[in-house]
Amino acid sequence: MSTKMPVNLTINGETFNVEVEPRWLLSDVIRHQVGLIGTHVGCEQGVCGACTVLIDGKPERSCLIFAVQAQGHQITTVEGLTQNKPDLTPLQQAFQNHHALQCGYCTPGMLLTATALLETEPHPNEHRIREALSGNVCRCTGYQFIVDAILEVAGDSKEASR
Amino acid sequence: MKPATFEYRKATTVADVVQWLKDAPDGKVIAGGQSLVPLMNFRLARPSVLIDINGIRALHHVEYDGSTLDLGALIHHQEIADHPEIQKKFPVLTVAARHIGHWAIRNRGTLGGSLAHADPASEWPAAMVALQAEIDVQGSPGVHRVPASEFFLGYYTTVLEPDEMIVGARVPATGASRIGFAEVARRTGDFALAGAFVEDCLDGTGFVTWFGVSDKPQRIAVALPPARETSWREALEQLTLNDVAEDKIALAIEIAERALKHSALVGAAYFGAHAIRGRD
Repeated sequence: MSTKMPVNLTINGETFNVEVEPRWLLSDVIRHQVGLIGTHVGCEQGVCGACTVLIDGKPERSCLIFAVQAQGHQITTVEGLTQNKPDLTPLQQAFQNHHALQCGYCTPGMLLTATALLETEPHPNEHRIREALSGNVCRCTGYQFIVDAILEVAGDSKEASR
Repeated sequence: MKPATFEYRKATTVADVVQWLKDAPDGKVIAGGQSLVPLMNFRLARPSVLIDINGIRALHHVEYDGSTLDLGALIHHQEIADHPEIQKKFPVLTVAARHIGHWAIRNRGTLGGSLAHADPASEWPAAMVALQAEIDVQGSPGVHRVPASEFFLGYYTTVLEPDEMIVGARVPATGASRIGFAEVARRTGDFALAGAFVEDCLDGTGFVTWFGVSDKPQRIAVALPPARETSWREALEQLTLNDVAEDKIALAIEIAERALKHSALVGAAYFGAHAIRGRD
């Protein structure tokens, strides 16, 4: 019963026609069929947040949705943040400035969650940022620099408020 | 790991779902899938047919008519957390919703899915029992309403028949009493070690509904004198506790106390994180 079915996925504004087995997770299809390997896969049980993508602008776990379910929705992966843009986004630049990435495994999920947060709430305080990021695990435990980077973009840098 | 093979069907009506469940008794309904897909990824669940109900628009509604809040099964946790009318009329649901998992989980997980999954440590089953809601269930004979107090049978077990699904829940307005919420987890978004909804009837009595401490949520009448430890202990004795160790009992009592304190708060303080979280 490994019958494949055709699915049109809209990822970063582009349409991809792929053949998928219903049991294939969106995270795997994004990586292996579409070839966008910026989306990372960690725990496959929704805990770690590495596979977080935006679906219709909201952060969701791509390991907890089947690719067949994603048809008709706008998917944004980390590659989409700089699609057709020469430079990093201000958030990505802030991550670089604050050394907010170490091994890089959690970075795509962190960037997408923080991008969605800043989209819905441009000036979150530290508490809100930590709450929003609670579903993204950094295995290097480098949370402080990640929060600092997001605070810079939120215009509420810690240095300034001290 | 990866899920085992299944047949995928996308439903557009509840009647389709009921028929397909009848045809395939080991089929599963997927709503948000935030509990089901992890189980499938680890092959703890291997349904032959997966019935996707996300295309049934009729299950995606929130309506309040002044006396009853009518929630569709497909309402996402985050939608409940963000809904202005729910925040005004049922603030305890707003606070409870904010405690469910993480943002990404709340964006996809649904009310109906949580109720059907019936995890004894989850917020919605206890909320429905505490607020004396009714759960709308549809099977082949049509829709029937089950009081939440009769819906949950034990760990991950409900009265749902194999060919039935939840279509919504109806929550009555709370009247004059005040309801508070508290929960403790090891980390933000983890399952509750203990949680409680406490209703203060403002006449020295009330009700407590715990979650995370027993096999299913139960709404228990309690006396609320100034010293309440005996009341809480007597209430706990009525439950099938999953851990009778004294430290777990003490935690359940502390959480009930905290929920009672929370019930007395008004306005912005009611929604303040530290009001509920205490020292966890």
